[in-house]
Amino acid sequence: MPRLEPSSTPLSEPFWEATRSKQLLVQRCDECQAVVWYPRDRCPSCLGDQLRWIEASGRGEVHTFNVMRKPGNPMMADLTPYVIALVELEEGHRMATNVVGCEPEEVHCGMAVEVAWDVELTDGRRLPVFRPVG
Amino acid sequence: MTIRGAALIAGVYEHPRREIPDRTIPQIHAEVALGALADAGLALADVDGYFCAGDAPGFGPLSMAEYLGLHLSHVDSTETGGSSYLVHVAHAAQAIAAGKCRVALITLAGNPRSGGWERGAGFSKAPEAGFETPWGATIYAGYALAATRHMHEFGTTSAQLAEIKVAASVHAQHNRHAFLRDLVTVEQVLDSPLVADPLHRLDCCVITDGGGAIVVVAPEVARDLDRTCVKVLGAGEAPKHTNNGRIDLTHTGALWSGPRAFEEAGVTPADIDYASIYDSFTITVLVSIEDLGFCEKGKGGQFVAEGGLQAPYGRLPFNTDGGGLCNNHPANRGGMTKVVEAVRQLRGEAHPAVQVADCELALAHGTGGSLATRMGSATLVLGREDT
Repeated sequence: MPRLEPSSTPLSEPFWEATRSKQLLVQRCDECQAVVWYPRDRCPSCLGDQLRWIEASGRGEVHTFNVMRKPGNPMMADLTPYVIALVELEEGHRMATNVVGCEPEEVHCGMAVEVAWDVELTDGRRLPVFRPVG
Repeated sequence: MTIRGAALIAGVYEHPRREIPDRTIPQIHAEVALGALADAGLALADVDGYFCAGDAPGFGPLSMAEYLGLHLSHVDSTETGGSSYLVHVAHAAQAIAAGKCRVALITLAGNPRSGGWERGAGFSKAPEAGFETPWGATIYAGYALAATRHMHEFGTTSAQLAEIKVAASVHAQHNRHAFLRDLVTVEQVLDSPLVADPLHRLDCCVITDGGGAIVVVAPEVARDLDRTCVKVLGAGEAPKHTNNGRIDLTHTGALWSGPRAFEEAGVTPADIDYASIYDSFTITVLVSIEDLGFCEKGKGGQFVAEGGLQAPYGRLPFNTDGGGLCNNHPANRGGMTKVVEAVRQLRGEAHPAVQVADCELALAHGTGGSLATRMGSATLVLGREDT
């Protein structure tokens, strides 16, 4: 499945490297316990610099979504209609993703979803997407 | 310090063309600069303050000052996307109040229709870059995310969003320069192809070449001009962002920029005779109207129905030039034309079919960036010269 491949920076590298072993990581601040999304070197809540990578549960619900009829980039032209969603993870953060494994018409706000690792990038990293639970 | 009455808009200009393949972007900047200065009755040599945003090529205000031959005591290149030009009016008023300049020129130009458009290289270096685009999102996807959530929380319908496009088309019929001049119905909007559910093609603004310019002057300059000026009464600005992964999709920065502008002007939403509301998409208008306090949160769908936005007799006549939805969204940035049409209304120079009678107070509101990620909201309250 062709995708715009995310560049990896020293800051985001742990997140992307963990996708090779199908782990969904997120940072948590040791000082204020805030879950931090996307990766940073300081917590945007308290500016603490002790951020620890933890594995997220991979479960959450669709906060909102849309159905892309016109592709967002040429690499995804063959995939339309595809679903873009903001999924709210159990850890509290909302991340952009795709919902796969069901018809676009079945997706709704509040739908329970879990992470899926179907999308492998050319270098072996994977793009976390979500599918309905069960 | 307040800017209430500290500065006046003396000249505005909207480029009449919507497709300009035969000019460079700096040329269009120059054309609109001269247009607005001519409207004010001033010359390039009078300009001592210059404002531009990310659409200005090269080194921004430095390149443009050189190209235009300006000799300046004040520059400002604040970039908040499409709302930049409303922020510039506020900052120009502040600079004038502080004695930093007397004649401030603000310009916008671009050619995304004939020349294509891509985000600057800086976007790929943004901290969020790898965590939004790989899933195939784009600008319109973000607005669709906001629309879906508004529908979920408040029961807003696609037909209600369509009413906003219909109102813009009612107005655009009278604008001979408008890119889309045909009246459309709710059914036609709903029958147009879905771009990103729930948004249809006709929920989106037009993509046009063009530009515009504004001249803001000190009161002592305005006094000597023959042209009717418009007072800057209040301004508010508010960036809003994803809030560490907890983005709230049903509110905009208007929630904060609106009250700041109203307070400075000493007026309330009920006092506003005409409103220019940023309309990159229909949902942008709906959420902004709620957040600015024109109706209760979640009731925007009812507010815009049954001609609520249609001039001259609607609850809140809006975007009487046809807005970004029908008339013009030059350089993919709609803030400039929002100010220009508000000035036309306050001068009584809008098309007679859409001119609001006794228009004394107008609001212009901009939403740069995206509803679904980070945005720059900016609100201006403007008043007739005799207010």
